[in-house]
Amino acid sequence: MLKLQKAKFEIGRDFDRCVGCGVCVNQCANEVHFRDPYDESVCADDIKCVGCQRCVHLCPTGALRVVSFASRTREHGLWTSTVINEIHLQSDSGGILLSGMGHSRPDTVYWDRILLNASQVTNPSIDPLREPMELKTFLGRKPPLNRKNSLDAPEKYPQLELEIPVMFAAMSFGSVSLNVHKSLARAAMSQKTYWNTGEGGLHPEVRAYRDRAIVQVASGRFGVSPEYLEEGACIEIKIGQGAKPGIGGHLPGEKVTGEVARTRKIPPGSDAISPAPHHDIYSIEDLSQLIYSLKEATAYRKPVAVKIAAVHNVAAICSGMARAGADILVIDGYRGGSGATPLRIRNDVGIPVEFALAAVDRRLREEGIRNEVSLVVSGGIRNSADVAKAIALGADAVYIGTAALVALGCHMCQNCYTGKCNWGIATVNPRLARRLNPDIGTLRAENLLRAWKHELAEFLGGMGMNAIESLRGNRLMLRGLGLTERELEILGIKAVGE
Amino acid sequence: MTAVVRRVEAQDEYCMGCGLCRLACQVAHSAYPLSIVKAMKTGSRPVPRMSVESSADGMSFRSVRCLQCEDPECVKICISGAATRDEETGVVLIDEQKCVGCWSCVIACPEGAIIGPGTGRGKAYKCDLCLEREFPACVAACPNRALILREVEVVESTTREG
Repeated sequence: MLKLQKAKFEIGRDFDRCVGCGVCVNQCANEVHFRDPYDESVCADDIKCVGCQRCVHLCPTGALRVVSFASRTREHGLWTSTVINEIHLQSDSGGILLSGMGHSRPDTVYWDRILLNASQVTNPSIDPLREPMELKTFLGRKPPLNRKNSLDAPEKYPQLELEIPVMFAAMSFGSVSLNVHKSLARAAMSQKTYWNTGEGGLHPEVRAYRDRAIVQVASGRFGVSPEYLEEGACIEIKIGQGAKPGIGGHLPGEKVTGEVARTRKIPPGSDAISPAPHHDIYSIEDLSQLIYSLKEATAYRKPVAVKIAAVHNVAAICSGMARAGADILVIDGYRGGSGATPLRIRNDVGIPVEFALAAVDRRLREEGIRNEVSLVVSGGIRNSADVAKAIALGADAVYIGTAALVALGCHMCQNCYTGKCNWGIATVNPRLARRLNPDIGTLRAENLLRAWKHELAEFLGGMGMNAIESLRGNRLMLRGLGLTERELEILGIKAVGE
Repeated sequence: MTAVVRRVEAQDEYCMGCGLCRLACQVAHSAYPLSIVKAMKTGSRPVPRMSVESSADGMSFRSVRCLQCEDPECVKICISGAATRDEETGVVLIDEQKCVGCWSCVIACPEGAIIGPGTGRGKAYKCDLCLEREFPACVAACPNRALILREVEVVESTTREG
């Protein structure tokens, strides 16, 4: 049967430059490049190319170009080439469409429609290169504002202490390589922030970085043990994920190799299935039971976070989570990434984190419980401007997942679910995972955090502030550009010029 | 007497078998060390002084080059006096003019680091540590820091056993 799939990319090879060294052949796990057995020349099979650009970067003579496949269907606003390709793929295979990473449609990015303020004449800006600038952030339940007993024991309020309000988001060992965990964990250690184990457990080789680890308890409970809970600085209950709200996870048996199986505490080769719901959580009361079970298990020495995907009733749900005893609420917007998610769910379920954050922050304030929890947002945080805007909209800190992986070399080919990541990130294949040297990965992740620290300090200084605390929830520092009145109202910000 | 000598240390766990070290070695030892394209496309292909090995299952790789032994088997076995060890730099060299291509050194080398058979040149070639360069070409070319240049101190004994 004729396959109707078209190539998405085409490989351009400048034969004047190509010296036939074969680095493209040995680096492509998708077997795009190959040596013709008849004349030893290097050829390419375009249809297998995912556009990860590995060969382009590694080619020592710059002989390769990976460009969008030029042949398009006739232009149509509704039936675009992408739409047609997707139907062809499904009529070829009969399966649901899978993808990696987050939402791919070019919908409005509300961060880009929100602008930050700066001081001019009437209030002085501060030069962060000359004056101290405080980015320190504490996450966790804070003592009540009107507490009667001011000697309330501080140990009742365990806190995470961050030198930069940016943490590395949950990505499990299995979905990413151990070298990714090592890179992010070491960077979190040196930059004094936190990294998240994801739901795949804590590998013995990254146990050394447990002081800065947030250990996740998800619906599959993989890798969870009393020791695991005890090792983390914080425990995160994962209810949902922005890339796939309402559905579970499935790590296929072939990826559950020895190390992954050991870390997850399941038999090698068995499918690691995370159910869609936690089967012991059907209500806020049930969530409360799990939160307090985990707190009991760790003697109330660690904050417990609860992570949900941003969905329609996010404000009411978060209010319930705060009352259920969560110390940190994590809201993952619909742009959040994933190692594997059904394409339709990824693109069409959930809401942008900007609105979820604004709605939750407002609701918690109105109910007088905002101080009882810390708010962390994730899902498409791309740069320090997004971080600053998120904090001004009411977040205490953000998680970065995709941005961290991009720092390690990810080129957003969105084929994480194939396990053939040519950059050695979303794979546990030893041939590929060795491509990420954790020494280099650590440096790159550290550099990203350092750069963002400088930029955050510049933003603050420009607004005449010397502490991130002054920006937190300070919506007067934000203005909306090209937003409707209703959107401005929900975000709680004024329009530009107001 | 101690001497500080150059060594290339391979971290095989991060070797991804790309072969860029071998290519850089070829180019560095060609007539056009500044141009990969000219080096590889002008005349006969330059011979690399090292090799990259793959495990049988294709899952791991090794970048192999001379370890610059202090008491080199290749020097001891060389029938023409082409293989020598420079006491000052600690580098073992093979003089192309003197080499007769008997492959004794190839067989004697415990690391399998000497190149010769199959190149069609009838001469043995080996790593010279690129002493004239700031970094050996292979080290500079490695995209994953699997090759590291080390300056190590070795104790030179004037009287050798055996």
